Amino acid sequence: MNYFKIIVNGIVKENPTFVLLLGMCPTLGTTSSALNGMMMGLATMCVLIVSNFLISCVKKLVPDMVRIPSYIVIIASLVTILQMCIKAYAPDIDKSLGLFIPLIVVNCIILGRAESFAAKNNPIASIFDGIGIGLGFTLGLTVLGSVREILGTGSIFGVNIYSENYGMLLFVLAPGAFLALGYLIAIFNKLKKA
Amino acid sequence: MDYVLNLILIIITAIFVNNVVLAQFLGICPFLGVSKKVDTASGMGMAVTAVLLVATIVTFCIQKYVLEAFGLEYLQTIAFILVIAALVQMIEIFLKKTMPALYQALGVFLPLITTNCCILGVAILVIQKDYDLLEGVIYAVGTGIGFLLAMVLFAGLREQLAMSRVPKAFEGTPIALVTASLLAMAFMGFSGVDGGLKLVFGL
Repeated sequence: MNYFKIIVNGIVKENPTFVLLLGMCPTLGTTSSALNGMMMGLATMCVLIVSNFLISCVKKLVPDMVRIPSYIVIIASLVTILQMCIKAYAPDIDKSLGLFIPLIVVNCIILGRAESFAAKNNPIASIFDGIGIGLGFTLGLTVLGSVREILGTGSIFGVNIYSENYGMLLFVLAPGAFLALGYLIAIFNKLKKA
Repeated sequence: MDYVLNLILIIITAIFVNNVVLAQFLGICPFLGVSKKVDTASGMGMAVTAVLLVATIVTFCIQKYVLEAFGLEYLQTIAFILVIAALVQMIEIFLKKTMPALYQALGVFLPLITTNCCILGVAILVIQKDYDLLEGVIYAVGTGIGFLLAMVLFAGLREQLAMSRVPKAFEGTPIALVTASLLAMAFMGFSGVDGGLKLVFGL
């Protein structure tokens, strides 16, 4: 199998944010700025790559009956490690992402990829699938975060573009998240048809 | 007296001001996934409320009497998610035996609830906010009612939406998200109510 193809598949054809519509809670909850969105995407990607690899390695050892609980334990342990690392080395990120870091456990993307890809493919391919889907997710969150930050505060990644006085605060608040994502998916649909 | 007023404040804040779906973005998957009809939406909402209540009590006890007692707080995420998964299974078996009618109504939604992030989210928030057991229970019930309210309102809107013509690119999820945005805007009208109530109650 072509590894490059797996990565592209994750970013475009099976983009978790715009096509599969998975992991909507962090997508909406953490994208009040481009940086926050990107950090959340990267954190999820780290867990996804390692969990895909580990699950692919142990898939033959785990009986079918207790498959899901054992996957959840693997994912939860990885999330706990990640949570500790972020708390220790990047307390600012811990503060801005808050509750959504432990909630990576219940992100359907991770369990979904474990079931649909890692449980059927070899460990190396699973790592690349994790990279692809993770990049797709990161990209989706960064784009959504950028749109909200530009419209809401007139800057992107903290760099000012136009005066903050003209920003629409609505886009930083809750309704703006739904609105921006709705329009982005509509644009993605339109582009796909063209 | 102050304690009772505090409880009232917690439940009103959880339902209207910090609505779990429309302000905190927890439980978006069922919110978008099973909101096409009002009766399925209300079934899901009630199932979530019930599980939230039981899960919060159990996770609170686990945190206080197992994790904190033995200095194992770092296992919180793993312990909570496993307890919630096991609990949902047990509630399912229990309902099937004792209340078949309710099981028929809620049955399909129960397995989906394990991966609903508002259950784990509320369990962690109750610990983070340093609530006692009663406050935690009230908070969980308030969150559940808030979820139910958002689900039923949104499902009502979507039932109407199904009959209207929508631009091709917006069909399905995009128009649902735009509708949710309007609903979230309506709920923003409640922001600041908690502060006002605090003044009225003199807390």
